[in-house]
Amino acid sequence: MAQIIDRRQNDSKKNLVNRQRFLRRYRAHIKQAVSDSISKRGIAEIDTDEQINIPAKDTSEPHFQFDNGGFVERVFPGNNHFVTGDRIPRPDTSGSNGAAGSATNQSVVGEDDFVFTLSKEEFLELYFEDLELPDLIRKELALTMSYKIVRTGITTSGNPTNMNIVRSMRQAASRRIALGTGTKRKLHQAQLDYLMRVLLLCFAGLYSDIDQQGLLILTQRIAYLQKKRHALPFLDTLDLRYNNHLQVQTPTTTAVMFCIMDVSGSMDAAKKDIAKRFFILLYLFLTKNYTKIELVFIRHHTSAKEVTEDDFFYSRETGGTVVSSALELLYATIIARYPVGSWNIYVAQASDGDNWNADSPYCQELLHNKIMPLLQYFAYIEIMPRHHQSLWDVYQQVNQQHRNFAIQNIDNVNDIYSVFRELFKKKQTI
Amino acid sequence: MSMKSLVKPLSTGADWTLELLYAYDREISRIAHDFRLDTYPNQIEVINAEQMLDAYAAVGMPIGYHHWSFGKHFVGIEKNYKRGYMGLAYELVINSNPCISYLMEENTMAMQALVIAHACYGHNSFFKGNYLFKMWTAADAIIDYMVFAKNYIAECEERYGIDAVEALLDSCHVLMNYGVDRYKHPTALSLNAEKIRQQNREIYLQSQIDELWRKTVARTNPRAMSENIDHFPAEPQENILSFIEQNAPLLKPWQREIIHIVRNMSQYFYPQKQTKVMNEGWACFWHYTILHALYDEGLVTDEFMLEILQIHTNVILQPAYDSKEYTGINPYTLGYNMMQDIRRICENPSAEDLQWFPYLAHTDWYSSLDKAMRDFKDESFIAQYLSPKLIRELKFFQVIDDDQKEELIIGAIHDDMGYQIIRDSLARQYNLGHLEPDIQVCTVELDGDRTLVLHYTQHNRIPLSKHTRDILKHLHILWQFPIKLCVMDVHGSINMEYSFP
Repeated sequence: MAQIIDRRQNDSKKNLVNRQRFLRRYRAHIKQAVSDSISKRGIAEIDTDEQINIPAKDTSEPHFQFDNGGFVERVFPGNNHFVTGDRIPRPDTSGSNGAAGSATNQSVVGEDDFVFTLSKEEFLELYFEDLELPDLIRKELALTMSYKIVRTGITTSGNPTNMNIVRSMRQAASRRIALGTGTKRKLHQAQLDYLMRVLLLCFAGLYSDIDQQGLLILTQRIAYLQKKRHALPFLDTLDLRYNNHLQVQTPTTTAVMFCIMDVSGSMDAAKKDIAKRFFILLYLFLTKNYTKIELVFIRHHTSAKEVTEDDFFYSRETGGTVVSSALELLYATIIARYPVGSWNIYVAQASDGDNWNADSPYCQELLHNKIMPLLQYFAYIEIMPRHHQSLWDVYQQVNQQHRNFAIQNIDNVNDIYSVFRELFKKKQTI
Repeated sequence: MSMKSLVKPLSTGADWTLELLYAYDREISRIAHDFRLDTYPNQIEVINAEQMLDAYAAVGMPIGYHHWSFGKHFVGIEKNYKRGYMGLAYELVINSNPCISYLMEENTMAMQALVIAHACYGHNSFFKGNYLFKMWTAADAIIDYMVFAKNYIAECEERYGIDAVEALLDSCHVLMNYGVDRYKHPTALSLNAEKIRQQNREIYLQSQIDELWRKTVARTNPRAMSENIDHFPAEPQENILSFIEQNAPLLKPWQREIIHIVRNMSQYFYPQKQTKVMNEGWACFWHYTILHALYDEGLVTDEFMLEILQIHTNVILQPAYDSKEYTGINPYTLGYNMMQDIRRICENPSAEDLQWFPYLAHTDWYSSLDKAMRDFKDESFIAQYLSPKLIRELKFFQVIDDDQKEELIIGAIHDDMGYQIIRDSLARQYNLGHLEPDIQVCTVELDGDRTLVLHYTQHNRIPLSKHTRDILKHLHILWQFPIKLCVMDVHGSINMEYSFP
């Protein structure tokens, strides 16, 4: 006699640990795939789902096996035309050995790449793992609260301006249906009855006091029902519905990131593409990891301009190069809008390092004396595969003077991810 | 018919309930025992699809240690299942005492009955009766041992880090197929007596004793014999993992224990690999026979039987070699047909059968079939029982693929001249020795840099796959000194050498 156990209610996630082990083991591969994909993707689709391929050779668990070759005999079922001694051309051995399917000769079982899909969240999660804005802590204590109005559903009382017409009308319609259907049906029935009796009278010619009495009662009933029906209001105060709003406390933004991009003539399409990719990464990173961060976009050639996000990434205006124009605008904006006492201020600048020579010393002075003391962090990337120009040297000096100044060089698209990580990797806070 | 009308069917309709499962099991059990089937007690577990996926990924073990490869397996299966590339098996059965079988909740009543007959009485009696299972596996102890293994490995992970344990397991898994003593004499094993004591290190000592015993048996390898006595090991060792466990100089005790655990797993699965055809054939034969008996007694309805027959037909379908569905010889088809054929030959032999199977004709079919189940493995079972009639029915033909000839040659077909050739050839196809390269530990260069030298003895000039060097890498992780693998031809001369590092 068997013992029957119903295990359906048991936990079915027995393999969770093994699955995590698997992901853990292939984390390196997955991250590699993620960073590869960023350089291949178009700018607009940089944060979509990602299919991860792990090459079969990396996930395979090898065993001692035979290879094709040598003298092999195999038995197959379903002979339809062969006779002993027949010779047949050798099937293409590069494939699965043709009709001699791979399953009988288990030594040649192939394996596809191991493919699975990471969601957008998992993708960005992995992509930005271990990154942070340095020294964000300093001013978070000064966090102030502001109030924000959020919708919180529907209520039965409220201000006429907040009335939700659609919901109110729907409510009225259902009330009318619920309350009126019975009366309507009875009314129809009574009218039908009345008609039948009148017809009977006309054709049969019968007429008595009792009939007269009946007709009178029916007429009264019809009148009563009609009145009752009309008494049902089209819209009742009961039906009214109002949108409800609540004030919710939200922390105010205390961090701002200035994105400064050089769009001068010397920045060719490839360099601009790299710069844009860098800023898109930065943008995704900031919007994903920090909900309360403000972004200011500045583009410059000979003059600098604060632009919208769209303009920043997609505008095509160009010209010569004066870097100090951007720095001046940066300084002015900080002074005007972001008092140092309550803002964490970050700057990321991308340029090809080409600057009007006489301007570079001024940039250094601006940075050293005015801007750097205000900032948490300044990240400069130079998109220049070959020799650096005056700006690089000047910035190197700034770098030596200020611990919170970082400078990196990007040669080509593939460097973006590593440089980005280098700039924003988590550091030990001292 | 008169009897049928008196008996009420156990159920009508497709739905099942736990009460019905008990009712069917009672009847199936009664019939199975009428047929003299000897089984372990049954433990039937009803599970859902997700749990079935779990069970799959754990290669059919109810408890397993943690390893990424099971996770990979699971992710793969889950993906295929969710995309509808793959259905799930109706059942899964574990060779243990009591014998654990899983029923999927989605199955209809008829399918559940089929699974009970197939797994709980078919496979179960095979596990209990077949000599390989008796020899190699300890059904009583396996679950306890799995618990021990899981805890031990978890403990190691805690103490030595997940990475260290994982790397070791990786290497062990690679060599898993070489962790079995293929030729160890059955009497040397007393695993049944060991029972729970397996959990202790005693098993390690026990295997040491076994090793000593085995080493005294003379081997017929003339080359090894002719070399000098200082040769270590004295005899070539086919159990590579065992050799490493006992002789790798730098392994820590916990590492040896983990190697030992993997060896035990390997040993547990060893009989299953060698009896696929027989095991499935036996189980199919019995679900067919038992459910027909139920039907004859009027205990199941016509609809029930139609569904059973439809599933049965699908299970034993053998696509032809040139069909798109062909994925090799279906072990269910071959096994089931051979089992039925043995019964037919016993009960109703033709003139041909009298000539081929004088020892079967007109004997009690159950005893003959029972003997076949107990004393054979796939290779010998086919060599002994594959009849000309079945070769004709399945239209077997043999193809010779010689890489020194331009074309493939049809060596034999299903005719008078071919029966014996096909039977022998098919039997060889199920010889594990022909499916896995014959690789043995030959020497350790004790005087030199402790290089571990392995020999691959080549049959029919078949080369090793291109992964071979990767495997040496894993061997190196275990042995921690250089590894050399020599490919030997039949004359004993070295054709080729792989080495790592």
